Amino acid sequence: MRPYAYYPGCSLQGTAKEYEASLRAIAGPLGIELHELPGWTCCGSSAAHATSHLLAIALAGRNLNLAARTSFAVPSSRGAGLLVPCAACYSRLRGAQVALDADGALREQFAEVTGEPWSGGAVAVKSLVEVLAQDLGPAEVAACIVRPLSGIKVASYYGCLLLRPTTITGFDDPETPSTLDSLVAATGASPVAWSHKTECCGAGLSISKRDVVGRLVGDILSAAVDAGAHAIVTACPMCHANLDTRQDIAGKAAGRSFRLPVLYITQLLGLALGIAPRQLSLRSHLTSVGSLLAAIEAGAALTGEAT
Amino acid sequence: MPRIGVFVCHCGSNIAATVDIARVMAAAEVMPGVVHVTDSKYTCSEPGQAAVRAAIREHSLDRVVVAACSPRMHEATFRAAVAAAGLNPYLLEIANLREHCAWVHRDRVEATAKAIDLVRMAVVKVARHVPLTTSRIPVTKRAVVIGGGIAGIQAALDVADSGHPVVLVERTPSLGGRMAQLDKTFPTLDCAACILTPKMVEAANHPLISLMTYSEVVKVEGFVGNFRVTVHRKARSVDTDKCTGCGTCYERCPVKVASEFDLGTGYRKAIYVPFPQAVPNKATIDKDNCIYYQRGRCRICERVCEAGAICFDQPDEEIVIEAGAIVAATGFDQFDHAVYGEYGQGRLPDVITGLQYERLVNASGPTQGKILRPSDGREPRTIVFLSCVGSRDEHKGVPYCSAACCMYTAKHAMLARERVPGARVFVFYIDVRTGGKGYEEFYRRAVTEYGVNYLRGRVSRIYQRGDRLVVAGEDTLLGAQAKVEADLVVLATAMVPAAGASELAQTLGIGYDEHGFYTEAHPKLRPAETNAAGIFLAGACQGPKDIPQTVAQASAAAVKATQLLNRQSIETSAIVATVDAAKCSGCQWCVAVCPYGAISLVDRQGHGAVKSVVSVNPGLCQGCGACVVACRDGALHLLGYTDEQLLAEVEAVWQ
Amino acid sequence: MRLLDLDRATGTGFAGEIGRRARTDVSACYACGKCSAGCPLADEMDLQPHQLVHLINLGFEDQVLSSKTIWLCASCVTCTVRCPHDVDLAQVMDVLREMCLARGIKPAEPAIRAFNRSFLGVLRWGGRLHEFSMTATYKLLSRDLFGDLRLGAALLRRGKLKLVPSRVRAHREIAAIIDRVRELDAAGPGDEVARR
Repeated sequence: MRPYAYYPGCSLQGTAKEYEASLRAIAGPLGIELHELPGWTCCGSSAAHATSHLLAIALAGRNLNLAARTSFAVPSSRGAGLLVPCAACYSRLRGAQVALDADGALREQFAEVTGEPWSGGAVAVKSLVEVLAQDLGPAEVAACIVRPLSGIKVASYYGCLLLRPTTITGFDDPETPSTLDSLVAATGASPVAWSHKTECCGAGLSISKRDVVGRLVGDILSAAVDAGAHAIVTACPMCHANLDTRQDIAGKAAGRSFRLPVLYITQLLGLALGIAPRQLSLRSHLTSVGSLLAAIEAGAALTGEAT
Repeated sequence: MPRIGVFVCHCGSNIAATVDIARVMAAAEVMPGVVHVTDSKYTCSEPGQAAVRAAIREHSLDRVVVAACSPRMHEATFRAAVAAAGLNPYLLEIANLREHCAWVHRDRVEATAKAIDLVRMAVVKVARHVPLTTSRIPVTKRAVVIGGGIAGIQAALDVADSGHPVVLVERTPSLGGRMAQLDKTFPTLDCAACILTPKMVEAANHPLISLMTYSEVVKVEGFVGNFRVTVHRKARSVDTDKCTGCGTCYERCPVKVASEFDLGTGYRKAIYVPFPQAVPNKATIDKDNCIYYQRGRCRICERVCEAGAICFDQPDEEIVIEAGAIVAATGFDQFDHAVYGEYGQGRLPDVITGLQYERLVNASGPTQGKILRPSDGREPRTIVFLSCVGSRDEHKGVPYCSAACCMYTAKHAMLARERVPGARVFVFYIDVRTGGKGYEEFYRRAVTEYGVNYLRGRVSRIYQRGDRLVVAGEDTLLGAQAKVEADLVVLATAMVPAAGASELAQTLGIGYDEHGFYTEAHPKLRPAETNAAGIFLAGACQGPKDIPQTVAQASAAAVKATQLLNRQSIETSAIVATVDAAKCSGCQWCVAVCPYGAISLVDRQGHGAVKSVVSVNPGLCQGCGACVVACRDGALHLLGYTDEQLLAEVEAVWQ
Repeated sequence: MRLLDLDRATGTGFAGEIGRRARTDVSACYACGKCSAGCPLADEMDLQPHQLVHLINLGFEDQVLSSKTIWLCASCVTCTVRCPHDVDLAQVMDVLREMCLARGIKPAEPAIRAFNRSFLGVLRWGGRLHEFSMTATYKLLSRDLFGDLRLGAALLRRGKLKLVPSRVRAHREIAAIIDRVRELDAAGPGDEVARR
């Protein structure tokens, strides 16, 4: 068993509850132990860094100090690091760590506003994708699969924060990434080659700039559908929200109609591990995943475009 | 007691702005042995030098200190001036008050104090100088030119036409280099082959040029005027005396391989001639892909060759050439654009480089001059050109401009409009650099006569959509994103030094910069020479350039080489190592350490015994000083930099 | 802007200040436009990203800080990753947003600012983000009362939006952090340019 300290982040307890549910469902079969960080608080997400650099560092850094006090977050025989499923939280936490490790003046300010000195430098902050694709590796994941998703074509959508900037992330190539694809392949499905793997979905502008998000999501969905995908897979709650809940505006912007299932990578893995859709919280998506489930049953090819 | 003259230079304001010349002069006047101190605005000028010569005579000076710029600038100048006044030129010492003082310090008080120290060091050293003499060594009258492109060919022809033999070494099977791959050349739209092939043939037929193709330089020993160049001639597996170039062998060869000459856009056979106008027009077998060499079967070429020229198991050869001068003309490669994930990582078949496009438009190329998409062979209706791919990109490690791309992109765009009537042609550029004669006018024709659309802005991304390519760029003039769906995208990729250039530089012992381009002796005044005497540079190996610049530099290198080869002998430096035989124990560490093979063991007779000691050949010695350091007995000294002289300098500083 | 009155340009101090805070060399930009070419929000912006940098380098602070561009930036970091001269434009955008607020300039995209304020306001109360409260606050602040009502209902039906807000014990620490940062940012040496 691989024990990890676990930082869920705010959205996994709210609109991204499917991500948390499916992660917990697959953790056991994959041999991952999740030890939720006691007393964790919000990382600050985009609102903090768009308002104050120090605030963003403080909010994120505080959680790393917390993690450093557990026995799981600093790599050792007892734990393999801090597992962070949300791409935004991962980016903020890792970004704060890099900034605080490098800047003495910033550390002083951090201590002043949080009331404690910076001590989170040794925490191994890892995105969930990193853990699955590198700590475990596709071979180990494939070995646990009981229900290969043969004949299913999946578009891996990485989004922005898992891959950029490489000074903070660096576990995969920002222009031609492959970690999610390797996990898709491990399930027995075929990762499609498509053009919008790393194109931004509009992120936090979903509510304030609906139409822009509609256009961006429309481009992404078009590319996925045209590449023959049965589903898109993602590892970011923001991306999932935009791709899953904005398919109607996206359709208007693109001049076509979409009904493409959008899954978290944990849900796709869950299906291949033989876990029931209900346990993976697949029913709470706005865009029905029925076509994907049917395709898995049939093992045949359907497209995600509504007729 | 020596009679030392000290000449302090202002160097305009270069030294005088930071160093108080008057104080330096006052301090020099009371230094031991100094009998004359004067200053000058520009000591290196004719009046300045005349003053030095006059002072030597008037004041019977027997030692001279010039406190001025770096000896690398004017030591030779002042040696000549001193010699003209009748003094041994080595009774001179330069105090570097510019590069070592005025140019690197700001505080006038401290800089002046340092300048005085530097002058004092020079004074105590020169007092201990003794007259030195140079040697003369013979010059081997032959040049070796490395690289058979237009640079190497031009240099070889110029040296040979001066009456000296040349060995022209080329590592591919044919002469021609990059120019042979081109279709038309700017700014005249001359056919490249038409102007190049006569020169290739001339080089091959010239009575004084020996061609060594399919050969590489693997070792260089010796020094200026006396090089020993070892060339590795790879076996073609074809007897070139018998081969007529008829082509039957490669017509019948069953193996198809991607053609290097066509940069992957076409193919050749395992036995091949790289292109129809190849010189020499002899076949070569590529052993890595030949069925006989790989699996022991086939031998079709041998069967069909009427001249019986196929010669399996022909051995490679190593040939040693003695030469007085070497010209490096190794050319360039194209930057590998696979590092741009955003442009397809080099995997999109219809995203090609400028050189690959040249092969497509070339009438004797893989598509007989028709512009066709590599993916499906269809004619592209929309062609997009990107400038500066790799070039001017510090992030990718290539900060420089590649000099020729703006012009060849304009040329390519014009050819596209000509060959594909009605084609839409777009060029994404940051700047258009057209500095040569007729260049700006040429580029304007692309816009006004040929209807090429120029958009100012880089492209962020190229991706495949269906069978077309989406190009997402920017029009910075309008401040808007500019998107287009293209059938073919051509990238003007950066010029980088040819593969193996830095290894060859190490073999030659010449310098190269962080990009691998060979370092010239002086960027403005000595562009065709290196800091290694006797080795010269021609063409893109020294830096990105176009054909006119290449030919000019090649001729310049040839002149420099010819100047050297014309001499009966060359004068070597007087700064050489010398042995005190009484102290030498004959351990020969110095022999092992000397990079020039200038030291050997000899027997000395004295006091009724014979002792083995070392002896330095002053003609071969380059004065590097390695032996002096290695000598455990302190028996070796470097004339002009003896321990006594240097230690005196050190003591002078502590006063 | 129709006339670039260079007599009103403030020089290189602005670029230097931003460069120091963003830990990047803004003057390295040669306006190749690759950032703008790949920016997902460029179509909506008043100043294209490369134009913004150009104005920074000339020293037109007011135009830069009152642009919509700095608020529309989604922090996708594509510009930073592709810039040939390694200008960290994404980080520069953060610095510009901070400067805009510190100088009391009204953000040119009020809805986006309202979103951030709602987020931080709710966070300050609860220690973690309660999404429903944040959305409700945003709608009040931005006066976008009726947008996405159907989406909201759909999310509620699926149990993805919790109606009742909750706070964690550490909420007091979070509030303290937010308040102390506000004090420091207001008083601190951070915005040297603003204090000129």
